[in-house]
Amino acid sequence: MGSATRHRLWVTFLVTPPLAVMAMFVVYPILSAFSYAFFSWHGLSREAFVGLENFADLFAKPHYAQPIMRAFGHNLIVLAALLVVQNGGGFLLAWFLYREPFGFRFHRVAVFLPVILSSVIVAFLWKLLLHPNFGAVNGALNAAGLGNLALPWLGDSRTALAALIFANAWHWIGFPTLVFLAGMQRIPREVLESAELDGASQIQVLRRIVWPLAAPSATVTFTLLFIGAFNWFELPYLMTGLEGSPFGSTDVLGLVFYRLAFGNQSASVQDFGHGSALATLLFLFMAAVATAATIRLRRREIAL
Amino acid sequence: MIAITRRLSIAAAAAVALVGGFSGVASAQTELTFWTWRQEDRAAYQIFFQAFEKANPGIKVRFEGFEPANYQTILSTALAGGRGPDVMQVRAYGNLESIAKPGYLMALDKTNAPETANFPDSALAAESLRADGKVYALPFASQTMLVVYNTELFTKHGVTPPQSWDELVALCKALKAKGVMPFANGTATAWQNETIVQALLSSLLGKEFEADLLSGKADFTDPRFVGALTKLNELKDYFAPNFSGIDYASSQQLFAAGSAAMFAGGSYEVAAFQKQNPRLKLGVFASPPAKAGEPSLVAVFYDGGYAVNARTDKKEAALKLVRWLGTPEFGTMLSSALQNVSPIKGVRAEAPAVQQVMKLNESAMSYLMLVHFRYQEPSGSVLLQAGVQKMLAGQTTPAEVGAEITKGIATYYAPFKK
Repeated sequence: MGSATRHRLWVTFLVTPPLAVMAMFVVYPILSAFSYAFFSWHGLSREAFVGLENFADLFAKPHYAQPIMRAFGHNLIVLAALLVVQNGGGFLLAWFLYREPFGFRFHRVAVFLPVILSSVIVAFLWKLLLHPNFGAVNGALNAAGLGNLALPWLGDSRTALAALIFANAWHWIGFPTLVFLAGMQRIPREVLESAELDGASQIQVLRRIVWPLAAPSATVTFTLLFIGAFNWFELPYLMTGLEGSPFGSTDVLGLVFYRLAFGNQSASVQDFGHGSALATLLFLFMAAVATAATIRLRRREIAL
Repeated sequence: MIAITRRLSIAAAAAVALVGGFSGVASAQTELTFWTWRQEDRAAYQIFFQAFEKANPGIKVRFEGFEPANYQTILSTALAGGRGPDVMQVRAYGNLESIAKPGYLMALDKTNAPETANFPDSALAAESLRADGKVYALPFASQTMLVVYNTELFTKHGVTPPQSWDELVALCKALKAKGVMPFANGTATAWQNETIVQALLSSLLGKEFEADLLSGKADFTDPRFVGALTKLNELKDYFAPNFSGIDYASSQQLFAAGSAAMFAGGSYEVAAFQKQNPRLKLGVFASPPAKAGEPSLVAVFYDGGYAVNARTDKKEAALKLVRWLGTPEFGTMLSSALQNVSPIKGVRAEAPAVQQVMKLNESAMSYLMLVHFRYQEPSGSVLLQAGVQKMLAGQTTPAEVGAEITKGIATYYAPFKK
């Protein structure tokens, strides 16, 4: 046996088990979920092959299309808002921690602490804090003489989505902070020192040096945020319910998918066909955008 | 040496006896599995099944409870995989269809289960498939939409259950003036809006409206429906403060803590309130009619039933159990142990609260959306819940809610297509 053949055999031997595991537990489930979308279903029994009909229904029938388009709009709002509050806030927090102010070790832990809590706990906590009558938020507003700003946050269609976004940012802001902080710590000190010697202001340093040099961190946090925003489910499900109360103002694609595929107490229909069709479209959309965004953002990164 | 052989032979004899004994048990005993989403009723069911096992020697029943929210999924997955229990609790109406239609359940009729005759038609309809009209489960309990009230608060403030809508409004006004929250209800949990509508508005809607919906003479733009919603709008100032942000759990707590005088909801709340606060003294009344003296209605639906797995290999024993679950003897046990209203004819309840609900049930309409419009998408319940939630938030009118519901249901309901 030639050494090249032996090498190839060795590589095949090493690569086969992980490939088999991937194929069985990742590729196969995804493909079978795709295949469900091409059939009509009755409960869990698969019936006729219907081609692309399930996909067409999602756009053509208003009782599918309307909630889907509304939910898609909400996912976009969530993405935009979290991009500013969670990632933007994370960047500023990272800069604050990077400069090692008094007690920065404590702050570093405090900022990251909520990330390790489970969504169930965060949802329960914020539901209590935002409770219209006994919640700490309205309690504080009343005590500060701002009683007319005390709203039923989760029950008012104008504030419910914003309240969820805020709770989500509180939960996750530690993650982009940590990633940006690691990115900043990779920037050579000399670069920053020479900028300061040249008389650059804090804002100039942040905009022209730190931000471009922390670009790899921005790529990672944006991509993960995008995926998270379009897969958003736990927090709205736990805080405002499967219907996206009040009257759909917190409805997002994850909830629409769940209702379609698994039904709910108030709608007896389980429909894996249309549910899988929506899941397939969502997967393709996210894969396409995440790939395009990564390629685009990578180009912006500068090798040090 | 002799001692050892003797010991060995005794051991061998014991082993033979043991094995023989076990196989003897196995051949005489049939073990049935019973699935339910009512985990909290485990203790009560152990007692029911003991009574059944006593009357039917040779059959044992094993109780297995599952999480309610996922029960339907777990059950249909198991049945689709050819497994699943021998006997099970199934839900009613649209949820029954998704289990019965693929043929997972054994059809019950006069010949294989004469106990079907013990039930009123409306109860059997809840457990029938619309396509073939056959019954697939024997119903176990009915639930009633009504108003639960705190009798102590009523007595303390000198008020009595209202005989008309205007009296209800006056009563709320009087309670509020005395610093008592009239209704504990909130609208943040979507399905609460549907229970509120039928607990408070059934008498204004009327049985005739239900009949007209089914015959196609009326839809939800009908003045009876729009008028009733308009009345509901008058009442929202008497719900919990900031009611749009009060969810189901919060409103239950408000009532159970004695902070509110009334709760518009289901008869199933009575047992829940008693459990949260055993000192609470409760009464129930039906939704008030427009004018005193007119009939006042509650809205009734059936929770679910007991069904036999069509593919079980213990058909005979399973059928025996389900037939027993359809006897007045069992109905009486269920009613006294779980404070439920049994739909079985001839069952007499002991608990005063259950007796009161049974009395109200004599004048009832259906819990409309669940009973008639929860079979297809978009579900009438979902449309009603979102519409009423929006209306009570002041963002839409009763007429618009009626039009939206009609438009949604008309996509599949022939009588509405005009």
